[in-house]
Amino acid sequence: MNQLEGRSSTADLLEQAINGKRRAQGQLLTLIERGGFAADEVTELLHHYTQSRAHNSTLAGARCHAAVVGFTGAPGCGKSTLVGCLVAKITQEAGVGRSPAVLAVDPSSPLTGGAILGDRIRMEENVPAARSDGTDRTANAAVGGGAFIRSMATRGHAGGLALAVPAALRLFEACGYGPLIVETAGVGQVEVDVTRTADTTVVIVAPGMGDAVQANKSGLLEVADVLVVNKSDRPGAEDARRDLEHMLDLGHMTGLTGQWRPKVIMTTATEGTGADQVINAVQAHREHLEHAGQLEARREARIHQEVRDRVSQCLETAAEYHLGTKPDPLAAALKERITPAAAAAAISQHLLASDMPA
Amino acid sequence: MLSPMYLAATSNKPLSDSSHQPASHQESASHQASVQSQNQPPIRVVLAKLGLDGHDRGLKVVARMLRDASMEVIYLGLRQTTESVIAAVEQEDADVIGLSMHNAGHLALAPRILQALRDAGLDVPVVIGGIVPESDIATLTEMGISAVLHPGSSAVEVAEAVRGSLGEQPVGK
Repeated sequence: MNQLEGRSSTADLLEQAINGKRRAQGQLLTLIERGGFAADEVTELLHHYTQSRAHNSTLAGARCHAAVVGFTGAPGCGKSTLVGCLVAKITQEAGVGRSPAVLAVDPSSPLTGGAILGDRIRMEENVPAARSDGTDRTANAAVGGGAFIRSMATRGHAGGLALAVPAALRLFEACGYGPLIVETAGVGQVEVDVTRTADTTVVIVAPGMGDAVQANKSGLLEVADVLVVNKSDRPGAEDARRDLEHMLDLGHMTGLTGQWRPKVIMTTATEGTGADQVINAVQAHREHLEHAGQLEARREARIHQEVRDRVSQCLETAAEYHLGTKPDPLAAALKERITPAAAAAAISQHLLASDMPA
Repeated sequence: MLSPMYLAATSNKPLSDSSHQPASHQESASHQASVQSQNQPPIRVVLAKLGLDGHDRGLKVVARMLRDASMEVIYLGLRQTTESVIAAVEQEDADVIGLSMHNAGHLALAPRILQALRDAGLDVPVVIGGIVPESDIATLTEMGISAVLHPGSSAVEVAEAVRGSLGEQPVGK
């Protein structure tokens, strides 16, 4: 925000956020999204806060993490409407102490960087609780405050998520929200980033997604922990369900599908049909992870992925910076004296040998 | 592809040194835009219509104009309340609020949203667009509305009104 600088230090903001002030939570999310020094400061402070809380607390399960559930699927398949529906149910039933937080990602324009973030409009149709009264909540975290929804643009990050997602989730967790829901931008077949961010991945398809051959293609469908056929009141919904079940049968036959066989659930999110089954299936999957001891493995994979993403980003920044100075190999490639591959190899060698700009 | 002139006209700040070169190459202009969007975080705008006012076509056009001017638009659409707008501004940390009004409710609704913002301790400018009689504009700006846009406003005018509402801040945040 414009008035952020000089008015309130990051540490003050974090204190307010942890005490349940939504305005501060929103401002910290902005800092996290912005990246660079400000974001690093937030994540460092958050880290210290959670470490010391875990250290000081005598409560069992002080280090217990909030469940992270990812929702992904093609554009327009009903992700936001379904998430809105689920959040409304969770908010009604959670009673004391827990409020869900949602990160809803939509794409940034590759041309201008602008974005239309249109997930909130779908969710609010179902989530009256998101319309808070705007007053501070000094009671612990999200108590009684309803769901917190934040729209996020991808800002150049491929794979259906934004780079800021992991840090944003940690902030939500520190502020007492749970479960944490991540809705990806509309994806196609290959964007499976969300599986490395969430404990449970829900893949949503709409009728007319294609035939059995489509259902067996590699990618998104095979990484689902829960499968949802939304818009199940439309023609072709039963066909989609059958094709998905067959796909799972074949995975079982080849041994790819392990102990967990994803449930296929039929929903009509605009009417709330099937929402309970989705919640139950997500719960069942989480219990499976705990029982099979896989929860920790998923969390490690998540940290692994975040480190990898950040390394990639550093390298990319360095490469962009270097290419902007029009090095000789690039000039040679532009004049077609050498191949693009040869230019890339020469530039990479040079980059890795030199000090990276911070 | 957007024309380079469009990008130059709607670029985030007064032309910087590098952009003194004529923006004759499409590549350089779009490169400039992408560099700009990397260096300066996009302005975040909440767009909404309050109450019973179903004419949202204009708001959708404005959303697209702001998107193409490198801003992030949180589109709330129809039948919002002052409370739902305030909640969205808090959670989304919006820089500007854009309200579309086509039901002659502007003199009743504008003070309400401004009061709600003050009550919530939010210093976020409000831009109104839609059908507002000329004679009401002074009243609205005096009570604290940053700008009033009429039907037929160009993409550049709309983007400039939003940027202008943020004062002399270098764009973004």
